[in-house]
Amino acid sequence: MAEQKNNLLSKNLGLIRSLIVKQKRYDYAFAGLGMFIIASLTIALLILFIDLVIDGYPRFTLDFFSNFPSRRAARAGILSAWVGSSLVLFVTFFAAVPLGVAAGLYLEEYAKKNWFADLIEINVSNLAGVPSIIYGLLALGLFVYGFGLGQTILTAGLTLALLMLPIVIVSTREAIRAIPIHIREAAYAVGATKWQVCLHHIIQYSYGGILTGIIIGMARAIGETAPIITIGALTFIAFLPPSPIGIEPPFLNFEWLNSGFTVLPIQMFNWISRPQLAFHVNAAATGAVIIMLTLLMNGAAIKIRYNIRKKIKW
Amino acid sequence: MVVKKQNKIAKHNEIIKAESKNLNFFYADGTQALNDVSLPVYENKITALIGPSGCGKSTFLRAFNRMHDLYPGNRYEGQIILQPDNTNILDKGVDPIEVRMRISMVFQKPNPFPKSIFENVAYGLRVRGENNKRTLDNKVEDALKGASLWQEVKDRLNDLAFNLSGGQQQRLCIARALATEPEIMLFDEPTSALDPIATMNIEELMSSLKQKLSILIVTHNMQQAARISDYTAYMYLGKLVEHDNTNQIFTNPSKKETEDYITGKFG
Repeated sequence: MAEQKNNLLSKNLGLIRSLIVKQKRYDYAFAGLGMFIIASLTIALLILFIDLVIDGYPRFTLDFFSNFPSRRAARAGILSAWVGSSLVLFVTFFAAVPLGVAAGLYLEEYAKKNWFADLIEINVSNLAGVPSIIYGLLALGLFVYGFGLGQTILTAGLTLALLMLPIVIVSTREAIRAIPIHIREAAYAVGATKWQVCLHHIIQYSYGGILTGIIIGMARAIGETAPIITIGALTFIAFLPPSPIGIEPPFLNFEWLNSGFTVLPIQMFNWISRPQLAFHVNAAATGAVIIMLTLLMNGAAIKIRYNIRKKIKW
Repeated sequence: MVVKKQNKIAKHNEIIKAESKNLNFFYADGTQALNDVSLPVYENKITALIGPSGCGKSTFLRAFNRMHDLYPGNRYEGQIILQPDNTNILDKGVDPIEVRMRISMVFQKPNPFPKSIFENVAYGLRVRGENNKRTLDNKVEDALKGASLWQEVKDRLNDLAFNLSGGQQQRLCIARALATEPEIMLFDEPTSALDPIATMNIEELMSSLKQKLSILIVTHNMQQAARISDYTAYMYLGKLVEHDNTNQIFTNPSKKETEDYITGKFG
């Protein structure tokens, strides 16, 4: 009797095991497929990047970063381009971040949830996907001609801010939504006003996600070329904008906002369109610099998010 | 009106701290969660609300600090009168923030802020504009002592609240609610996420707190209601079935439904 039972049991066990093996094949198949696709894409990207670095290698000198563009490829550098990119991003940051974070906070915590909020939500998400050239045209009509700001750093910064705004708004909203409802209730329950809840809790617990969105938006802005060309950035520029910090009071000046400029991707575009091969080396080096910057910014975003998540548990 | 109030005092010989009168409550989707509930909360007593899941006891509790106002579309009818000033706290003219400053709440799941132990307790004082370091220190210490947590955390007030155990976190939340010296404290199943020892600590704590304030507690656990409360209300399907002395409810309820629920024949 007991033997019979054992036989039955081992027979069943065999069936279960073969079933598991059979079903697990899908796990392995999917995991394998995923690995293959990720690996092939990463390797392809890596090869392209290494190719770029090898092409541009002769230009990776300090002079390359401290020289203005020149008619002689070997003496040409990206000084005006990286200074221009930095200043434009500076303007972008200060225009897009306060506006974007405030908009996200308002939509999430203050606005009534009705059809109008839905409409705004759809439009914001949609804006994030609009081709950047459209923003360029908008900026040309609005900032350059409408407001008469000219083809300046200020215009470029505001244009890229428009581009970055939806990314900041969406990531702010996502980060705020991740805060559990019971934390809000705890704050309201001791008598906090909505503004106090936002200031003391919502912003403080979501700034990791918000910061990530900001950095990713900036990383996108740094590589943007089309809208900057549209508003008429210069392609060959052998001067720096006036320094923002002076040695005489009031120490700060804002003339640089009205200066002409160029940015890294335009400099690269300029060089790659020349027939001389020597300039292509410069273009490759600039490309490698842009990729490194983007990589650094995205890496920083991931690191910040990771650090902050470690600190906050619900 | 006055006669009725005197009757109630005569019935239980207690001072009324707050009283719901013909309270109806509707959620945004139109469901009626409370149906004509009239229930007193006595001063310096623990009133327990019992009943099966979905009977409206948490909804009733959350009406006392206008938590429902946080979500659009919710609607109250009737009154909750807070004594001694005779304020109807459901009145549109009464700011929910004022109500929450007078009536504090402890939730089912411990919900400390991701801040330090000190800042958690001090938060209620901070929103009231208190920034004096010494005052904050004193009040935080008093609140932590009141919540029987001081001995365990006095050397690590700057640690994150998440480093505390579940039971300690819940006592921290009680300290946070206590720091602002509320008139009534609401407890929404405060021990349902805790182990038996932590539960015992919280129950002892509640019994000691009633010296200072009035307590309204929702509990799923009938033994808990019997152990700690002075008065018990049994709710079913959004209605108040019976409210009486806890002893009376558990030994000799006047309604058949209450008896069925308490003896486990139902619920």
